[in-house]
Amino acid sequence: MMRSYFLAAAAAAVAALGLSMADGAFAQDTVKIGFILPMTGQQQSTGIQEAAGAKLYMAQHGDTVAGKKIELIIRDDAAVPDNTKRIAQELIVNDKVAFLAGFGITPTAFAVAPLATESKTPEIVTAAGTSIITEKSPYIARTSFTLAQSCVPMADWAAQNGIKKVVTMISDYGPGIDAEKSFTAEFKKQGGDVIEAIRFPLANPDFAPFLQRAADEKPDAIFVFVPSGQGGTFVKQFVERGLDKAGIKIIGPGDVMDDDLITGMGDAVIGTVTAHLYSADHDSAMNKAFVAAFEKANNGKRPNFMAVGAYDGMHLMYEALKKTGGKTDGDSLIEAIKGMSWESPRGPISIDPQTRDIVQDIYIRKVEKKNGELYNVEFATFTAIKDPVKAAEQK
Amino acid sequence: MLTILFDGVAYGMLLFVLACGLSVTLGLMNFINLAHGSFAMAGGYCTVILVNRMGVPFVLGLPLAFLVTAALGGLFERTLYVHVYGRSHLDQVLFTIGLVFMSVAAVDYVMGSSQQFVLIPGALQGQFIVFGIGMSKYRLLIIAVCGLLTIALQLIIAKTRFGSRLRAAVDDQRVARGLGINVGVVFAVTFAFGSGLAGLGGALGAEILGLDPIFPLKYLIYFLIVVAVGGTSSITGPFLASIVLGIADVASKYYMPKLGAFVIYTIMIMVLIWRPQGLFARSAAR
Amino acid sequence: MVPVADDISAYLARRARWSPLEIAFWIFVFATIWLFPGKYLIMKDTAILALFALSLDLILGYAGIISLGQAAFFGLAGYFSGLVAKYGLIDEPVVALIISGLVAAALGFVTSFLVLRGSDLTRLMVTLGVSLILGEIANRYSNITGGADGLQGVTMAPIFGMFRFDMFGHTGYIYCLIVLFVCFLIARRIVYSQFGLSLRSLKGNPLRAAAIGIPVNRRLVAIYTVSAGVAGVAGALLTQTTAFCSLDVFSLDRSADLLLVLIIGGTGYLYGGLIGAVIYKFLQDWIASLTPQYWQFWIGLVLVVIVLVGRERVDGWIAALRASISRVVARLVTRPTALGGAAPDGH
Repeated sequence: MMRSYFLAAAAAAVAALGLSMADGAFAQDTVKIGFILPMTGQQQSTGIQEAAGAKLYMAQHGDTVAGKKIELIIRDDAAVPDNTKRIAQELIVNDKVAFLAGFGITPTAFAVAPLATESKTPEIVTAAGTSIITEKSPYIARTSFTLAQSCVPMADWAAQNGIKKVVTMISDYGPGIDAEKSFTAEFKKQGGDVIEAIRFPLANPDFAPFLQRAADEKPDAIFVFVPSGQGGTFVKQFVERGLDKAGIKIIGPGDVMDDDLITGMGDAVIGTVTAHLYSADHDSAMNKAFVAAFEKANNGKRPNFMAVGAYDGMHLMYEALKKTGGKTDGDSLIEAIKGMSWESPRGPISIDPQTRDIVQDIYIRKVEKKNGELYNVEFATFTAIKDPVKAAEQK
Repeated sequence: MLTILFDGVAYGMLLFVLACGLSVTLGLMNFINLAHGSFAMAGGYCTVILVNRMGVPFVLGLPLAFLVTAALGGLFERTLYVHVYGRSHLDQVLFTIGLVFMSVAAVDYVMGSSQQFVLIPGALQGQFIVFGIGMSKYRLLIIAVCGLLTIALQLIIAKTRFGSRLRAAVDDQRVARGLGINVGVVFAVTFAFGSGLAGLGGALGAEILGLDPIFPLKYLIYFLIVVAVGGTSSITGPFLASIVLGIADVASKYYMPKLGAFVIYTIMIMVLIWRPQGLFARSAAR
Repeated sequence: MVPVADDISAYLARRARWSPLEIAFWIFVFATIWLFPGKYLIMKDTAILALFALSLDLILGYAGIISLGQAAFFGLAGYFSGLVAKYGLIDEPVVALIISGLVAAALGFVTSFLVLRGSDLTRLMVTLGVSLILGEIANRYSNITGGADGLQGVTMAPIFGMFRFDMFGHTGYIYCLIVLFVCFLIARRIVYSQFGLSLRSLKGNPLRAAAIGIPVNRRLVAIYTVSAGVAGVAGALLTQTTAFCSLDVFSLDRSADLLLVLIIGGTGYLYGGLIGAVIYKFLQDWIASLTPQYWQFWIGLVLVVIVLVGRERVDGWIAALRASISRVVARLVTRPTALGGAAPDGH
């Protein structure tokens, strides 16, 4: 039996290598953009929204910029950083991409940072949200968000609206801890009190015991951050436990009330207040057109903040190329990116020239029912919020 | 505190309904069916389609999920699984993981990758407060349904002819065949039933555990823990194991949230060191 | 009468001889350094996966211990090597590699008692439990390990002070290949020794093996420790060549992929892990580049078909192919003799 497999292996290896060698010939005037996204695995809903957002931009704005043809490459890393790093290397070395983009979770963005620096390739983060990502390489720019950007205004709003005692409940991993820290620091600064900080495991099937514990503390509100898929389950169990009847509010960054999923969550979530960068309900002509086009191209699926991150990322890359007149070296592109500002479906945004991070408006929204569907309806705005973590360091 | 006990029991019973099919299949057919979670997912999605999209009432959606998944299980058993019965465990692992991958991607393609929420009727939302214990209505339903199922299962196995044939086939397949028991039929019916139970568990559990295409992979660990700790030679084994694990998991997360997930793995390891065949197994190593 | 011990040594020596196919295999493997310069990165990942699978083969193929917990050793050594590089405790990568392997082996030794008894399912769950617990610990102490964000700031010094880890993966790949080959030689030596022979008997029937005096538990502990060390070396290689380590090294996915790779390639002859790694990795990469979202479906289909078709049947086809190739080779080999004037062998 053993011998037979040598031949099978050699044949399979040569065949597979040969197949994957079949790169299309690339024209001199093609500029390639490499999106590395989690298209499978736990984070796949992020990847799928992002890919759809990027493709929509390209469909709307064509594939020619500054006389060059744009080729969009989308690769799956399943949110595993060693995959991301390998795929990024292949994109840089074999495909010679002008931009790397995407990065569904923070470790994947971190893994690629040294590559971006060494190869001078701009790394456009369109999904991940930890504050320090942009500090890892001078070639990183971000069009997504940082968690702190949403949490700090949330704390401000809560303090200004009669919420004095809060229990924080977060998933025990990087972004969750970021959210907890930035919210707690700001809330305490505004005179509020965080009476307990509860963390639960990331892969958590059942929120019941943690919710019970929080309820026993009798807070005015529960600040919650969970990865986007779990938000609905959390709120449902919150209501199941009767916590809404006990007068406890839910607050938190908008990840919990993901546009993609919110209608399916049922009426239990109506009235939940969150702070976030994007709502599909945002009242601007540009957004209405964006949402309509997205739904049309994706079987009625509503875009969420991840889709808009990729959409704006594509805009950033297109505009950078226009500014450099088609030059694709990393230094010129990054220079072109710094300080860019434009109107996005989410509202006005710009790229901070010092930190290369996104500056955007954060909206306080409440879940309401419109036309039989649930939306996050914006009712207050905090304008031009920079990432608070880096802003505090600069002071 | 008693609320936590209540929650733990509900969670445990849900786990039991989900995992008992796997335990029986393993014990009966000596077949490691890692695709068990796919049947649970199928039941969940079936209910989503029936209740959310076709307006079928929830209480009807549950038994329909059971029937559809049982039929699916029977179909797969006759067409696919029957070819791999005699193979080594490793081949079975490969085969069933292949099926899991296919089911995950297929569901993703057909239903999309987002979380699905079953629209449960208003009557099931919220909780009762009885003697100061908050009992969530939905969890009460879970305990009721799962409790009835367990009793029914136990009755079928202990009191019916089919049950005695099943027990005979689990104890010693060859002798059972020799006695004229149609083991193939026993297999098929048991497999279908076990898959149906998983589907029902998936439908019931969607509210608590969530439902998305990667459900089978996410919860596989929990099913395997229940089966390993409970043993595969009876129904009571996995039942008690699920209750214990459910309560331990929920209680530890309440009293020691920092340790959360450690507890369930540590308990499992300690139980398996002490009793390698599971807590309630009768027979010696297979 | 020839003493039995001599018989056995002669038998072992015969089995341990390198067959021409094996030599050809390794020549091809090393030739890939020059044949496929654009593919270093995926070939490097494949080499690491192959080494990891080799570690599982040692316990599964030779001692019958089924384990989903190799990721525990992989991850422990991965973080260890990353931390010593980050804090400058051990600069030379090769030294760090060896020490990381030893650390993993120590963990293997300590946890070996868990797999000594119990059924397949028990071992599966216990080993899985250990690696999941380690994953939780790594998440808990995120101030050391970087938690979910991964270990930051790892910079690797050049190997032997001379060979820098470059972006193209050239150095990394050669490093991994050499380590793979060395570990393979060690494994080969082990399985073709008397120790290895005793393992096979113990896998087949532990009761009978114990009855003839083989210390079953001691052998199991020994091979489990060695296997843990090899898994650790693979983990350290991954961290060193990517300069990064994150929590997914402990995940169920990693252990499960490993099991799949080994089953595809076949257990019990050392090359199964290597071959399975090549087939799985390249197949996955190729399919994923065609359909980034749904490649799992096709991989699942391939797995199902492999099992349904059955490896015996594939063996049969390939044995026929191999027989015809041997005939061709034999004809080529005897032709020069004919030209030299001596009488050719009949065939």
